[in-house]
Amino acid sequence: MRGVAIIGVGETQFGELWDRSFRDLGIEAGLKAIEDAHIRAEDIDALYIGNMSAGKFIEQEHVSAIVADYAGLADSHLPTTRVEGGGACGALALLQAYAAIASGLHDIVVVGGAEKMTDVGEVKAAEILSATADQEWETVFGATFPALYAIMARRHMYEYGTTREQLAAVAVKNHRHGALNPVAQYQKEITMEMVLNAGMVADPLGVFDCAPLSDGAAAIVMCSLDRARKFCETPVELIASGQASDTIALHDRRDLTTMDATVVAGKRAFHRAGLTPADVDVAEVHDNFTISEIMAIEDLRFVKKGQGGPATEDGETALNSKISVNTSGGLKARGQPVGATGVAQAIEIVRQLRGEGGKRQVTDAEVGLTHTLGGTGATAVVHIFRRVR
Amino acid sequence: MATPRFWREIPSRYNLIGTKCGSCGTLDFPPRAVCPKCGRKSVGKMMKQKLSGIGTIISYTIVYDAPSSFDLLKPYVLAVIELKEGARLTSQIINVEPGDVKIGMRVEAVFRKLGQEGEAGILQYGYKFKPVTGQGKSPATA
Ligand SMILES: [Zn+2]
Repeated sequence: MRGVAIIGVGETQFGELWDRSFRDLGIEAGLKAIEDAHIRAEDIDALYIGNMSAGKFIEQEHVSAIVADYAGLADSHLPTTRVEGGGACGALALLQAYAAIASGLHDIVVVGGAEKMTDVGEVKAAEILSATADQEWETVFGATFPALYAIMARRHMYEYGTTREQLAAVAVKNHRHGALNPVAQYQKEITMEMVLNAGMVADPLGVFDCAPLSDGAAAIVMCSLDRARKFCETPVELIASGQASDTIALHDRRDLTTMDATVVAGKRAFHRAGLTPADVDVAEVHDNFTISEIMAIEDLRFVKKGQGGPATEDGETALNSKISVNTSGGLKARGQPVGATGVAQAIEIVRQLRGEGGKRQVTDAEVGLTHTLGGTGATAVVHIFRRVR
Repeated sequence: MATPRFWREIPSRYNLIGTKCGSCGTLDFPPRAVCPKCGRKSVGKMMKQKLSGIGTIISYTIVYDAPSSFDLLKPYVLAVIELKEGARLTSQIINVEPGDVKIGMRVEAVFRKLGQEGEAGILQYGYKFKPVTGQGKSPATA
C-alpha cells in the first residue's frame, strides 16, 4: 500500500438552494476542488460520487456519469462510480478513492458527494431519510429516523443520566461553530433556551436537536503521497480508514446506547494509523441528531462511555478545548446534504490541518478524524488524517 | 410498494412468528434463514416458532412529526420491546397516555391496522402493543 494525500478541496454553499440543480452543485464543487489541486481535467483517472437517494429526491439515478459529463469530462471516458451506504455514502466514496490510489489502480482520483433534498416537501424528505432504517420491520410500524435516534437518546438518559440540557449543549456548540463557517447553512448562534423550548419532533428530540434538510455538494482531489507536493504546497495525508457494519434494525443491536459499528470502525482506523484517540486534535463526527454526537465521542473513545453529555456541557468538545469537535458546525449547522456529508467533513479536517480554518482554526492541528454514519448506525466509517510536514 | 412484499410479511406481522435456531436455540424475530450466532451451521435448521407477544419496553419515544401514512395517529408512542423469549422488535404502544409510558413497562401484543402503504393505499395490518392488564388472555385476540 502506498501513501495517499488530499491535494484539493472545494464545496458549494450548503442550504435550501432552490435556484441550483443537482448538476450545478456537483460541478461547482468539482471544479473548485480541481482548481485548488492545480491539476488539469485530463489528469483525472477516476471519479467516485457519494449520493444517497437522487432517485427519490430528484428522480435521477446514474448520477456519477452525469457529474462527469457536465463537468466536461465525457470525452475522457473516465471510470465513474456512485457509492451508497445511507448517510455514510460520501465517506465511503472517499474510502473507495483511498483504496484505489493506495493499491496503485489509479493515481489521481476525484471524490464528490452531493444531495439535492429540498425539491421534495419536508414530509417526503423525512420519509426518504427513514428508508435507511429497516423499511419492513421499523418504518412500517411508524418508526421515523428522528424517532429511532430518540429511542437511543431516551435509553442513554436512563442508563447514564444524560440530560436534555446536555443534548442541547451539542446544538448550541455546533451553531456557535457554524457561525464561523461561511458555507454553513446556519451561521447564527442559538441559545440553550431556544433548543429546550423548540417543538418536539420525537421526544426527547426537538427541532433544534435535528440536523436540517439541505442541498449542497463537496469534492476532493486525491493522489499518491509521493506526488502530492508536485501539485500542492500543503498536502494532507489520509493515513488510515476503518469501516464497519451492524444490524440494519436498531432493535437488533446489542446495546441501544452504543454504536458497535462506530466502536469497531474507530478501532480499525486507529490500529492502522498507529494512533490513539488522544492523538486527535480535531474531529468531525456525525451529529445528524444531538444524541449522535454524544454517542460518537464516547464510541470513538474521546471520552468514557456515559460521559459524552457532561463532557459536552463542560465545553470539552468546543473549539480549541480538549478536543475540537465539529468545528465546521457539523451536520447540525453546516447542513446535511446527505451524500456530501462525508466529503464535507473531510474538507473541514483538511482546512484545519492546512491552517486555513480562519476564525475557527484549531491551534497547531496535526491529526484530524472524520466519523460518518449510515442509517441508525448500520454503517460507520472513520478516516484519520495528518498534516504532511 | 409492491403487493407481493406485503403478502410475504403477513405471517410474521399477523401472528408474531419468528425462528428458533436448531443448533443453539436462539430465537429471532423477524424470521431469519441464518442464525446470527451460528452462521452456516444453522442453515436448514431454523424452525418457525410463534412468540408469546408478552414483553417489556426497553426504550421509547413519542412521535410528533410523522410520515403521511401515520399523520392521523400523532402523537404516538413508538418503542423497542424485548419479548420474554428474548427477541426484540419495534412497535407502537397504544391504550395508554403517552406520558404514562415507562422503560420497563410490561406490554402485550394486539392486532391492528398499521396504516396505508403506497399510492395504491394498500391497508397494512400488524402488531401493536398495549400495557399488560389481565392474565391468561391470548395476545393475538386481546
Ligand atoms: Zn444458532
